Amino acid sequence: MIWVAIVVTAAGCYAVKLLGLSVPAAVLERPLVRRLAALVPIAALAALIALQTFADGRSLVVDARAAGLAAAAVALLLRAPFLVIVAVAVVVTAAVRALTG
Amino acid sequence: MTTTPVQAGLPPKPRAAVVRDALGVGTAVGLSGFAFGVTSAGAGMTVVQTCVLSLFVFTGASQFALVGALGSGGNPLAAAAGALLLGVRNAFYGLRLSQLLGLPAAVRPVAAQWVIDETSAVALAQPDRRLARLGFTVTGVSLYAGWNITTFLGALGASALGDPAAWGLDAAGPAVFLALLLPMLRARSSPAPAAAPAPAASPAAAPAASPESAGDAARPHAAPPGTPPGRGPLLRVLVRALVPALVRREEATVAALAVVLALACVPFVPAGVPVLVAVLAAPAVLAASRLLARRSHRGGRR
Repeated sequence: MIWVAIVVTAAGCYAVKLLGLSVPAAVLERPLVRRLAALVPIAALAALIALQTFADGRSLVVDARAAGLAAAAVALLLRAPFLVIVAVAVVVTAAVRALTG
Repeated sequence: MTTTPVQAGLPPKPRAAVVRDALGVGTAVGLSGFAFGVTSAGAGMTVVQTCVLSLFVFTGASQFALVGALGSGGNPLAAAAGALLLGVRNAFYGLRLSQLLGLPAAVRPVAAQWVIDETSAVALAQPDRRLARLGFTVTGVSLYAGWNITTFLGALGASALGDPAAWGLDAAGPAVFLALLLPMLRARSSPAPAAAPAPAASPAAAPAASPESAGDAARPHAAPPGTPPGRGPLLRVLVRALVPALVRREEATVAALAVVLALACVPFVPAGVPVLVAVLAAPAVLAASRLLARRSHRGGRR
């Protein structure tokens, strides 16, 4: 089933890219469509951040991941490079987990 | 604002500068394939599955979303749907690029795989078609190579580490998404199509800053919607306070509503589905914002 998800995602993402290069401009140039296309990734990213930080199966928890995310936010506001932001999140999460057992 | 094949108003540039910028963006972002390889292996994907994702999906946010959802035991189709929703923006980059690059039909299927945040940002920052093609190609080649090589190394490395949770690798995904989201939230709401792609929707936040801030500067700054003073009932006052905030900060409102929706339905639906529910925040906020704007407009004339 993992492979099904991989193939569907790969085919779908490629199709979406090719679609943009191939369709006449008028189809996608409507302001409402553009606006929605800008807002959908925002909704998806925000939801993914919340879920991957606070969801544990079907319950909500605040654990070491929240500390890691907070540290990443600080690094981001300090304009750290992308890899540093990710590294900070990983290291802080691991440290908090080690300290709290 | 219409897109013209030639980006009017941008200063001429030497080819070497374009190649240098494109290589810089390509290698910097290509390196972050490490983060994906490590995260993917940490989420339980095999090295082969991880590499296939980078080779054939080749759009970072969707890849992270997919492995994150699968790793937490999400339904595979729901996980794929979430990843696809993040990939939709590439269609809009492609639209602008097809006008700018003027690609022959035979080249399009090949070029399509490279239509992502970073290549679009570099190509759209060039003053003419020749340099745009050069920037797109150099960024595409260096990023594709770098992203796939480092994905492989990251996946190998993570397999050697053992239990990913002990290393805090499960926090990499949310950190990546946060780095992608924050620049999107800073972008101002603009109802008119912008000259550049949605700013900084990329792990290239730092290297791609110059082309993207150039795109930002080119946008017209809309005046905040008029809010006539009123002594009406509390509701009207509230609406008048809400409208400018909502219209101006649609991005932030969408993000906040999406978080609430996603977390609220975690206990009630299978893993992978909360993201799909949360995406409804986008049309909901858009509809509410238009409705409120129209109502306040009518109220102002009364």
